[in-house]
Amino acid sequence: MTDRTSHLELERHEKTFLDSNELIINMGPQHPATHGVLRVILKLDGEKVLGTECVIGYLHRGVEKIAEHRTYTMFNPYVDRMDYVAAVSNGLGYCEAVEKLLNVEAPPRANYIRVILTELNRLASHMLWLGTHALDIGAITPLFYTFRDREEILKIFEKYCGARLTTHAFRIGGCSYETYEGFEREVEKFIKFVTPKIGEYEELLTTNRIWVERTKNVGKISAKECIALGVTGPVLRASGVKWDLRKAQPYAAYADFDFDIPVGEHGDTFDRYIVRMQEMRQSLRIIEQAVGKIPTGPIMAKIPKVMKPPVGEIYHSIEAPKGELGYFIVSDGSTQPYRVRVRPPSFVNLQALDMMVRGALVADVIAVIGTLDIVLGEVDR
Amino acid sequence: MISRLRAQHGSGLHETNIYLGQKYIVADSSLIPELLQVLRDQEQFDYCVDITAVHYPDREKQFEVVWILYSFPHNDRIRVKAAYADGESVPSAVPIWPAANWLEREVYDMFGIRFEGHPDLKRILLPDDWKGHPLRKDYGIIQQDQEWVQINLGIESGQ
Repeated sequence: MTDRTSHLELERHEKTFLDSNELIINMGPQHPATHGVLRVILKLDGEKVLGTECVIGYLHRGVEKIAEHRTYTMFNPYVDRMDYVAAVSNGLGYCEAVEKLLNVEAPPRANYIRVILTELNRLASHMLWLGTHALDIGAITPLFYTFRDREEILKIFEKYCGARLTTHAFRIGGCSYETYEGFEREVEKFIKFVTPKIGEYEELLTTNRIWVERTKNVGKISAKECIALGVTGPVLRASGVKWDLRKAQPYAAYADFDFDIPVGEHGDTFDRYIVRMQEMRQSLRIIEQAVGKIPTGPIMAKIPKVMKPPVGEIYHSIEAPKGELGYFIVSDGSTQPYRVRVRPPSFVNLQALDMMVRGALVADVIAVIGTLDIVLGEVDR
Repeated sequence: MISRLRAQHGSGLHETNIYLGQKYIVADSSLIPELLQVLRDQEQFDYCVDITAVHYPDREKQFEVVWILYSFPHNDRIRVKAAYADGESVPSAVPIWPAANWLEREVYDMFGIRFEGHPDLKRILLPDDWKGHPLRKDYGIIQQDQEWVQINLGIESGQ
């Protein structure tokens, strides 16, 4: 005990007024660069981050509890409200999980429509990420570009199902709507329109010196650390792990298409940016193929009006724009799920924030929050 | 793999089965720390996808804790389940997979299941001084901590 005191006293004497003191700073929950209501408590030594703690839950709505009191069909729209910038992916994961539990399969045409819409949504999600992430770092222009082009995707959604964001595009067993007149043409037109635009975004950023200095070697995370922390999606791929659920465990109609999994090398913010940009191109490739050979036929499988999946459990996950989105559903044989657990990619990825910013500067915290691409609706559920 | 595990821990594994193409193991709770370690070290389940729980109030051991694991080398998934009584604590998986940290905190928050050896077990989604654990079956869907709402939000009820 005495040793400890003397040690502390020694430290106090050695410090001069030039030595910085540890400082606790609160960032958020109302902060423009936190992408929602995220509160981060930062422990700083001057500009250097010594540690962080995330305080989350401001958007907690108890989605999993609500599920236990709704029928399988009634719960379907709720999942759109988790990752609200990629609502289509949420719906796909949920519908497929329940379909597996019911032992039905969506017809091929429905699967193709699902793939087209999900990939369009991945593009929309990545565009929103790029715009806001670049804005956080100080580049304002990409935001206007990406929002302008994202609008075209939302228009397609609106024409398809009447909603732009919380689309509720799919039903358990397939899709509830047939594609509208001229859907394929419109999607093809969109691909032609947006392909050069992605090049435009890259022109603005990839070789931009400020962008490069703000992102290279910032928020580094190795493949090993990613796996240990359960980090998935573009963040994992930017660290060099070639893993994408669309290839590893194909669902919907993904097995029918040719596409690459872009990977990074260094696992820094810049690589994650490159990976997502390439992913947008790959998504366009998938959409192009899907539109080209979309089969005809029914869009709904035969499913009972009153859904009572047999007693059992299922875990089904898909590659959402943010990473592995999983649904663990327990059925007790009644019309309502006994338990629905959502494995949200944003929640698990956010856990890596502390590790990624330790030793970095305060400004890098903003860059890292942006690069993790979290949506607080999904973190908090 | 299952047969290997069976040979090693035969008596502790209550059920090993495949449902809808997905492997799962129901293990005795006493075996869990050892089993999780073996699954990571020997069977290469290097990625802890999710940890969650299911509440069965009618059972003698009310909670079923579920570990969902994935192996990158084998592209394989497995679910490990074990039953725990109310108040019984579960060995933390944080030393095995750091990813378990927040996942276990969420299980604690929602079910009140304590994890032994967790570095910082506290609520994660609900406020620290909230009363009750919402995902328990006896917690009503519109039930809430009225007192917390009145003190902190200054409103009569959150409904």
